[in-house]
Amino acid sequence: MPSYVLRRLGAGAITLFVMTAIIFALVRLVGDPAHLMLPPEATEADRALFREQLGLSGPLPLQYLDYLLALARGDLGQSFRFAAPALEVVLQRLGPSLILTGAAMAFAVVAEVPLGILSAVRPGGIADQAARLFCALGQAAPPFFFSLLFIRLFAVEWRLVPTSGYGTPAHLVLPTLALGWYSAAGLMRLTRANLTQVLASEYIKMARAKGLPEHVVLVKHALRNVALPLVTFAASQFGILLGGAVSVEAVFAVPGFGSLIVEAISQLDYPVVQAAVVVSVVLFILINLGVDLIYAALDPRIRYGR
Amino acid sequence: MAADLARAITASPAVRPRRSLRHLARRIGFLGAVATLVLIAGAALLAPHVAPYDPNAINLGHALKAPSAVHWFGTDQLGRDVLSRVIHGGRMSLLIALCVVTLAGIGGTLAGLVAGYRGGLVDDVVMRLAEIQYALPPVILALVMVGVLGPSTVNIILVITLANWARFARVIRAEAISLRHRDFVLLARLSGASSWRIVLTHILPNVKPTLLVLLTLDIGLIIILEATLSFLGLGIQPPDPSWGTMIAEGRAYLERAWWTSLLPGAALLATVLAANILADGFGRRGAGGPGGA
Repeated sequence: MPSYVLRRLGAGAITLFVMTAIIFALVRLVGDPAHLMLPPEATEADRALFREQLGLSGPLPLQYLDYLLALARGDLGQSFRFAAPALEVVLQRLGPSLILTGAAMAFAVVAEVPLGILSAVRPGGIADQAARLFCALGQAAPPFFFSLLFIRLFAVEWRLVPTSGYGTPAHLVLPTLALGWYSAAGLMRLTRANLTQVLASEYIKMARAKGLPEHVVLVKHALRNVALPLVTFAASQFGILLGGAVSVEAVFAVPGFGSLIVEAISQLDYPVVQAAVVVSVVLFILINLGVDLIYAALDPRIRYGR
Repeated sequence: MAADLARAITASPAVRPRRSLRHLARRIGFLGAVATLVLIAGAALLAPHVAPYDPNAINLGHALKAPSAVHWFGTDQLGRDVLSRVIHGGRMSLLIALCVVTLAGIGGTLAGLVAGYRGGLVDDVVMRLAEIQYALPPVILALVMVGVLGPSTVNIILVITLANWARFARVIRAEAISLRHRDFVLLARLSGASSWRIVLTHILPNVKPTLLVLLTLDIGLIIILEATLSFLGLGIQPPDPSWGTMIAEGRAYLERAWWTSLLPGAALLATVLAANILADGFGRRGAGGPGGA
């Protein structure tokens, strides 16, 4: 097991390395921040000083080497806009996004797993049809569209919750629904498909033949075997949720990670963009590794490492 | 044979009515999806001829008018006809989706076929590249790249392609691996066919059903991704209409004039929903399951 973890972390490091190289090259090749950031009346000497301060002088490979060495120390440069280290700026904005994605995931699980169970128990029934329609709609439009639809309905029309902002649980309701609906569909489909398969298996027939009541068969025998893939699937939704959170945060003015990326891009704050990419790649790698380890811990049939 | 089959079917009357009802519902859904897509694609293709007004014609005297017989979808904050803008915006969204699906489909499929059939170093390289694409959510990857490169239509197409090819590569690779040891492939190799010939004439035709499903599913994902970029101001640039920018511009008028943002969104939803239903139907048919589309 430890060798498996090391190997995965090694592969993750390579991914991170290539990703930083791509972003680094893109940012450097496309524009000179000294021209973009300084006013047009700045002299060439001003620009040179500016580049020197930001580590933008010297040949590209050397700059990249400096960047990597700093990265290894956990230093991702200074934000151009905020007088603070880029990593600090990014980490500060990560909290609201994690709360939002966590809440959306919880909503998806709470709403969709029971729906998946209902549809698997009576395929083709009314619950099944309704659940499938619900999922098809959720996947048919980006979360920001549902955000606006919900604002119009729940905040403008019926005045149940605030239109936008961040801070109280009431503010979290609409963004959670909008974001969770989008990712819920996959969860419901997976529950339904797995449970249908399990319900058709021999040991369920056996349990029924023993004369066990149907709810015992369902809860004690079938659902346990469906829970496992659900755990891993829910965790793997993190990337989709984080991506969806970008536009949802923009709509609801949530001071999160996604809206930070949009701001940093439009303000040419490249150190923050780079830091955001590094942080999300690291998160992604760690979460995927965590998912695989949880899977192995829960299912004794799975053993990693050759 | 046919008579046996007919007898076998009629011999189970208890199951038949319900199943055929569901079958019918699915058929109606599928045909409805096809009709919706034909309608939207047709309107997009013929936009200059079918749009009732010039999509960029400003008429401040008629700003934010509710939907009526004159303006079916109402007018926006500059008095522009929302329906005409939805039609022209759809033209852009569908054009981009088509370009990306073609590029990502061809690139990803070829990469997957070669990786799966050849294995070894090629496989390692392709899968590592796919992993890098997967390491960032597509929205964030596309945002960062468009942000750096600039939001021109060509850049948007390139960036969305780069954020979408890996799904094709992964799925097609898995299929190619399962096909490469089949008898007909071995026979082709024994008869001296080149690797390219085997991949293109023996393996590719066998992954077609999967590819069809992936392509139709991808249309929806791409439309959503492009709309997200446009919504965040890093996609199609105003005054050119696109569903994403229209939703973004209408956001400020959500209380007074919901139609400026929600009707373009509804058009987007109808398109993606239809594409997904189509993909579902193709998947059922490909799987050969009961109640095929």
